[in-house]
Amino acid sequence: MTTTLQTTGTREIQFREAINECLRQEMELDENVIIMGEEIAGGAGREEQGVEDAWGGPFRTTVGLIQQFGKDRVLDTPLSEAAFIGAAIGASSTGLRAVAELMFVDFIGVCMDQLVNNAAKMRYMFGGQVKVPFTMMTRIGAGFGAAAQHSESYYSIFSHFPGLKGVCPSDAYTAKGLLTACIRDDDPVVFFEHKGLYGISGPVPEEPYVLPLGKARTVREGTDVTLVGISKMTWTALAAAEELAKEGINCEVIDLLSVSPIDYDHINESVQKTHRLIVVDEDTPVCSMASEICSRVAEEVFDYLDAPPSRVTAPHTPVPYSRAMENEYMPNETRVINTVKKLLNL
Amino acid sequence: MELDRHGLLSLYKTMTTIRHFEERGIPETGQRGMSASVHSSAGQEAVPTGMCANLSDDDYIGSTHRGHGHCIAKGVDPKLMMAELFGRATGPNKGKGGSMHISDMSKGMLGTNGVVGASIPLAVGAALTAKVKKNGKVAVAFFGDGASSQGVLHESMNLASIWKLPVIFLCENNGYAMSTPSEYGVSTTHVSDRAQGYDMPGINVDGMDVFAVYDASAQAVARARAGEGPTLIEAQTYRYYGHTVFDNPLTYRSQEEEDHWRARDPLKQFRDVVIPQGDITAEELDRLDAEAEALMEEAVKFADESPLPAPVELYDDVYVDYPVDMMKRGVNMSV
Repeated sequence: MTTTLQTTGTREIQFREAINECLRQEMELDENVIIMGEEIAGGAGREEQGVEDAWGGPFRTTVGLIQQFGKDRVLDTPLSEAAFIGAAIGASSTGLRAVAELMFVDFIGVCMDQLVNNAAKMRYMFGGQVKVPFTMMTRIGAGFGAAAQHSESYYSIFSHFPGLKGVCPSDAYTAKGLLTACIRDDDPVVFFEHKGLYGISGPVPEEPYVLPLGKARTVREGTDVTLVGISKMTWTALAAAEELAKEGINCEVIDLLSVSPIDYDHINESVQKTHRLIVVDEDTPVCSMASEICSRVAEEVFDYLDAPPSRVTAPHTPVPYSRAMENEYMPNETRVINTVKKLLNL
Repeated sequence: MELDRHGLLSLYKTMTTIRHFEERGIPETGQRGMSASVHSSAGQEAVPTGMCANLSDDDYIGSTHRGHGHCIAKGVDPKLMMAELFGRATGPNKGKGGSMHISDMSKGMLGTNGVVGASIPLAVGAALTAKVKKNGKVAVAFFGDGASSQGVLHESMNLASIWKLPVIFLCENNGYAMSTPSEYGVSTTHVSDRAQGYDMPGINVDGMDVFAVYDASAQAVARARAGEGPTLIEAQTYRYYGHTVFDNPLTYRSQEEEDHWRARDPLKQFRDVVIPQGDITAEELDRLDAEAEALMEEAVKFADESPLPAPVELYDDVYVDYPVDMMKRGVNMSV
């Protein structure tokens, strides 16, 4: 993926390693940073049997942290999301900078109250008396045959809540830079990791760096249509753009990165040039990031549009189990290509 | 219990301040058309008073929708609280919180809370901060018998127990969750029985007796500060009024029951115990009552004379850092 934001550095590491490196560096830099979650070390309480780190996280994003920082700052939790997400919010309100991991975003139902009624509202309800520098890391994404309770891409619902911020990195570089920004930010932020990105490698600077929250980036310049990708869908949009280029169709691809705040200006500017918009979004379509962006573009740059703002998203169904259906559920290159051609009357 | 004369007078002063705040502030708020969601803690004064006498400003408490007493006992200024109830810019929450969200971080008051049970893990988190920073602070999670049935309490007690956090779970069992009697909603005889399930001490005390609450709290706070972990205290108390000012509790309980509990009034019990001991006179306590009454007069005046927030302040403090444009872009606001 080419990018206008890429910095120097040629060392390539995986998305999962970029997350791990960020956590380690931020914990080294600030002793107030703690992390907690289910299985983030693994085998908790078995130190006497020589177990320190059975897993290092269900996806190995927290590997090695407990050895370096100890169990006071790397806390394996029981299966109690309401309590530990709430405790992380309470800790973040009283002097720590807590990171908590919700294993899959599908599990949000059991702890949504803490996020929505406490984290998002405390500063406001308290008249600005408190800062809640809390980061919730969680996982999204279908494509693994994991069915409807381990595969959803619920980022849109979080963008609905005033008081929360949210980011969806798309590669190793944005993963490290955005997670660093989340941890250092004084507001509660949700960091969405797509399971399909963990193994993807890319150049990542070794030193800590911050990518600004609330900023999209253009990853491919073009003139005929603007494709906005979110998380892994940025890759789908790029692949479609490469195919279309062979036919002389020139797509601009924007990587949204931030789902709250949303960088409307960046999108508007592109649409003013291309006159067409397609949002490629793995979340379901109703009241979604895709519908939000389409409605804003229609309101704000209506006169520039040569075609209706359009969406390629998951359907309004849960994620199915069988690959035969799951492959159809996920937005893919072909659906994007067909939609581009439809907007261009080809 | 080792309370000197000053300590005793301080307990009574807190209780009478809470009582006067509830009796005066709630109807005054109603007269100003501010809110239906104001919950009186009259009758329950001994519980926060006995507990918070064991805490300093550096310790934390998480509170409930019925939290005026917790605020006052933790040192929040009743004048500022009254301003908050009246929706004034001078309230601790600048008029953004009201009765159910009063907070004062300078007093370790982590907010009254409108969702039953929701503040419990916040107190656990404050205790986690204390443990990580090794600063000797403790946290108290106040909750009611209704919240004792919320899953988050049970998760929080388990978490606090396995991590040996310096937190006290303080259940104010006032007999009712709205109109639902606790003997219906709680499966065990006592909420405090549930401590066994989480390997922590469970103490049941008379919540109308400030000395009993003080002693149990002292024990639990000492245990927490010593790094020995959490305690569950259940204080049996009584809510003199309905759930809010608008319900008539006699639709679900008897006059005889109310009379029985009012005869055990915590302020009256205090007088009955302390005055015969001879060190403190009825006149001194009467004077504290009069001072509380005068303080409420002053608080109502302060709140009435305080400015309302400017409508444009509605955009403030949603975040530490976020573009205000994003909060109102395209939605045709007037400010």
